[in-house]
Amino acid sequence: MSEVKSISAVEEDIVEEFELFDDWMDKYQHLIDMGKSLPLIDSQFKNDDYIVKGCQSQVWLKGDYADRKIHFTCDSDAIITKGMIAVLLRVLNDRTPEEIINAKLEFIDKINLKEHLTPTRANGLVSMLSKIKTYALAFSGKTS
Amino acid sequence: MIDVEQIRSQFPILNRKVNNQSLVYFDNGATTQKPKFVLDAIQKYYSEINANIHRGVHTLSQEATDAYEHSRKTIADFINAEHAHEIIFTRGTTESINLVASCFGKKQVNAGDEILVTEMEHHSNIVPWQLMCEERGAKLKVIPVNDNGELNLSELKNLLTAKTKLLALTHVSNTLGTVNDLEEISSLAHKNGTAVLVDGAQAIAHTEVDVRDMDCDFYCFSGHKMYGPTGIGILYGKEKFLNEFPQYQSGGGMIKEVSFEQTTFTNLPYKFEAGTPNIEGGIVLGAAVEWMKNIGMKNISANENELLQYALEQLKTIDGIRIIGEAKHHASAISFLIGNIHPYDVGVILDKLGIAVRTGHHCNQPLMKRFNIPGTVRASFAVYNTMEEVDKLIAGVKQAKKMLS
Repeated sequence: MSEVKSISAVEEDIVEEFELFDDWMDKYQHLIDMGKSLPLIDSQFKNDDYIVKGCQSQVWLKGDYADRKIHFTCDSDAIITKGMIAVLLRVLNDRTPEEIINAKLEFIDKINLKEHLTPTRANGLVSMLSKIKTYALAFSGKTS
Repeated sequence: MIDVEQIRSQFPILNRKVNNQSLVYFDNGATTQKPKFVLDAIQKYYSEINANIHRGVHTLSQEATDAYEHSRKTIADFINAEHAHEIIFTRGTTESINLVASCFGKKQVNAGDEILVTEMEHHSNIVPWQLMCEERGAKLKVIPVNDNGELNLSELKNLLTAKTKLLALTHVSNTLGTVNDLEEISSLAHKNGTAVLVDGAQAIAHTEVDVRDMDCDFYCFSGHKMYGPTGIGILYGKEKFLNEFPQYQSGGGMIKEVSFEQTTFTNLPYKFEAGTPNIEGGIVLGAAVEWMKNIGMKNISANENELLQYALEQLKTIDGIRIIGEAKHHASAISFLIGNIHPYDVGVILDKLGIAVRTGHHCNQPLMKRFNIPGTVRASFAVYNTMEEVDKLIAGVKQAKKMLS
């Protein structure tokens, strides 16, 4: 099995990938395509227990802990939101709670998608990120 | 006919670029942009006459008071109110509705009474009534909307009972663009002894409003949706109701005499304007009204209706478009969906193209539930919008559809 890349290495990969696109349309097309590879939450969990409510689009998120790592599955009703989740989970999925807690996610700024992660944005992504961190905090308690 | 290019030249913000594209602003239902005439009025107020009103003997205070009261008169004439003192300055439509819900509730509503709203109301014309009903032990009832987005008037007749104290409804739906037949509805309600409050937020900048013709008891609107500033709005109320109402907020400006034993209160409209009001807002709202009157409400309506009809026609040529709200009387806004594409996604792509629309539930969650949709994309019009902008919107929608399908 190949060695797992560090969070910062994956972030660099994503930045390089997005640098290939000069045009916003191609960039968004890439984002939309990434959404298609999202590890989808089992439909039975798409309920109020796992919902992260945004004012407009909503997100369902579930984290499972095994072998000291958290595996997230997710979905959203909006596909650009889904693409953003896919980008975030490419970095944060199957990581230890400590890695997740310490992740700075500065790459989002570098790929010019930060606008989707401002608290005033109505897509539920900011709440989703804090939920990911909450999962990490909860599971980090278990390992100590 | 109006010269739209000449009107556009009065709006500095329309020259700006958004995401490297010329701004196309179709979010007028949320707030309109402001013409130079209004911007200058703000500047003029602070540069020339700023002073507190209704108290000072000095010249500035007199001038500011005169300007504020002149504005009240201008607004009263604009909606054909019988008296200027029937015009209360508030922070906006929401506060106007809250004022009525609170005062009407205390004065008129008892346990077992009923308040009637419609399924197309904005949350701000639902929640104040809901809270008041809870407080008074009254019941909130709802007039349903049909598939075209029109009120079912025969249902209204069934819902009006001896217990119905007030009917609160919108003039123009913020999501569907439906124009309600207020003359007919008011007359039905009044025959039943039911008071009528109209939320005019989405109508006041788009159509002629005559509160005496429609014979409503209360009419509420916001300054910022009619080319004026934010933080100022109007409650029109018939004198007979406002006089009977208890105090809403208390403090300076609304008292006749204060002692520690007892306070007596002043007359309309000051009774409802406690504290230093939004003087700038009040004066500048008058300027915004002058500006609209100068263009003419008939001209504004005609221009917007032409845009709306053209946009509807063009949207319908796109495969998979669903128009939400196809009332016979339709004004100011169009809501739509492209197939099953989420409105948020469409909004993001249109923004990238410099086109500002509203997406989401538009503070109409019960209405979204009624149509079983997560939200809509809404394009809403103002006097400065053009056919070319509608063409850009249509091209943008086609592009969004291509990317998101």
